[in-house]
Amino acid sequence: MEEFLTDQLKTQEYFLNMGPQHPATHGVLRLLLKLDGEIIRNVDMDLGFIHRSIEKMCERNTYKQIIHLTDRLDYLSSHMNNEAVCLLVEKALNIEVSDRIKVIRTMMDELTRISSHVLWWGVMGMDIGALTTFMYGFREREMINDIFEETCGARLTMNYNVIGGLRYDLHENFVKRVKEFIKHFKKKLPEYDKLLTNNVIFRKRIEGVGYISEKDAVAYGLNGPTARGSGISCDIRKIHPYSAYDRVDFEEAIFTEGDSYARYKVRIQEMWQSLSILEQLVDKIPEGEYRVKTKAVIKLPEGDYLQRVEAARGDFGIFVKSTGQKFPYRVKFRSPGFANLTALNKMTQGLKIADLVAVLSTIDIVVPDIDR
Amino acid sequence: MSYFSDIINGTKTLLTGMRITGKYFFVNLFTRKYVITQQYPDNIDTLKMFDRFRGEITLYHNENNEHKCDACTLCVSACPNGSLEVFGDKKPDPETGKNKRYLVKHIYHLEMCTMCGLCIEACPQDALEWGQNFHHVQYDRSKLTKVLNKPGSKLMSGIKG
Repeated sequence: MEEFLTDQLKTQEYFLNMGPQHPATHGVLRLLLKLDGEIIRNVDMDLGFIHRSIEKMCERNTYKQIIHLTDRLDYLSSHMNNEAVCLLVEKALNIEVSDRIKVIRTMMDELTRISSHVLWWGVMGMDIGALTTFMYGFREREMINDIFEETCGARLTMNYNVIGGLRYDLHENFVKRVKEFIKHFKKKLPEYDKLLTNNVIFRKRIEGVGYISEKDAVAYGLNGPTARGSGISCDIRKIHPYSAYDRVDFEEAIFTEGDSYARYKVRIQEMWQSLSILEQLVDKIPEGEYRVKTKAVIKLPEGDYLQRVEAARGDFGIFVKSTGQKFPYRVKFRSPGFANLTALNKMTQGLKIADLVAVLSTIDIVVPDIDR
Repeated sequence: MSYFSDIINGTKTLLTGMRITGKYFFVNLFTRKYVITQQYPDNIDTLKMFDRFRGEITLYHNENNEHKCDACTLCVSACPNGSLEVFGDKKPDPETGKNKRYLVKHIYHLEMCTMCGLCIEACPQDALEWGQNFHHVQYDRSKLTKVLNKPGSKLMSGIKG
């Protein structure tokens, strides 16, 4: 039979387009699959469908005007992106912000991280075929969105950070709502485990699938939860603490298996850690001013500046070259999604098409972040 | 042996998941306790946004149809997208006789606005403020261009032109 198959029935490799309008690519991403039957031999990425030239737009905007553009990069971790610009300018101009600002920024970061991971959890289940998780994920996300909407004025593109502090002071309901959320979410996270993590079908789909070794992960420049699933310690909150991360106690979630399930566990663990950070800070928001007064026209001294923050998907970096004008000479965003996506080919060698969707989901890409 | 234990294990985890979904289904069926969805277009009259919600830019008018804008165009230079256009003119003040700036038209291109709020921060008179309206859908793009100052409105007294 084997002989017959190889001699008489010749198989040939063929190309298949996945995307750009495929729902499982999480946006407009085109994957060129080289297939042998249903087995993946090669994955090529075709990017640029949602390129908006944000880096170039930054060159004609003042530093204040750049902040709202970074919302539109990785829209699920917009608060961290805003913070990166603000921290960069504050560091360059030696603006010292109060403890209150630092603590509020940290809390908002962690709320954003939970909201992003909850959405990822819902979509992850949906990609594999469990439609219910999407609804349950959005239920918890709605509570966070309400907190954001009340304090920041928007649900997704918060634009809450300004250079030298925050746009508004905290809303009076903020602490109450965050406490409510912590109480609610602590009950729901074990429910997530019961519903999806311990489900046999789900486990068989992701355990041992999409393996990437620690060495390869370093070679591809992976970062964030994707790299931490391969046992690499790369949390910017630990390596270069910013805002109030040096005074909170949390553990970096690291798993060494390197497969999809490890990356899944990292994100679930990160939600627990974020909850613990919120719990530590919610009762200890110091009094003080919420905004330091800055000059109307902000000019950075000549030189190169770099600021890294830990966004929900990993290491978000912003590089600015200034010539002393009110506009930056060059802005470069180092987005976590782009580096993570490059490893997709390595992860999916020899897998089936259905597994590609599962692996792509554990990388957790946001296409506007990749294309910019 | 693992064949049967797999079946038993699979059924067990399936039932655990179905117990959770079943709980929400039946409790919501009878009491609507956990229902979080809203009947969106039907609840438009009762739907209230938060105070800080950024829906659109509006020009504050008091009950005498007076606004605070003196057409200084600082909002125009603060806007990153060019979504504001301010046309002002000068006429002699009846009291002092000096030329005073006044607002003719404050044009707002909602289709270009990203709700960054820089114009509101830039305004020295606090003339602009956030509106809560979010029903912006139109069939024609040109309908999104709005004139913010109401017809017949004039400058509030006490504001320097």
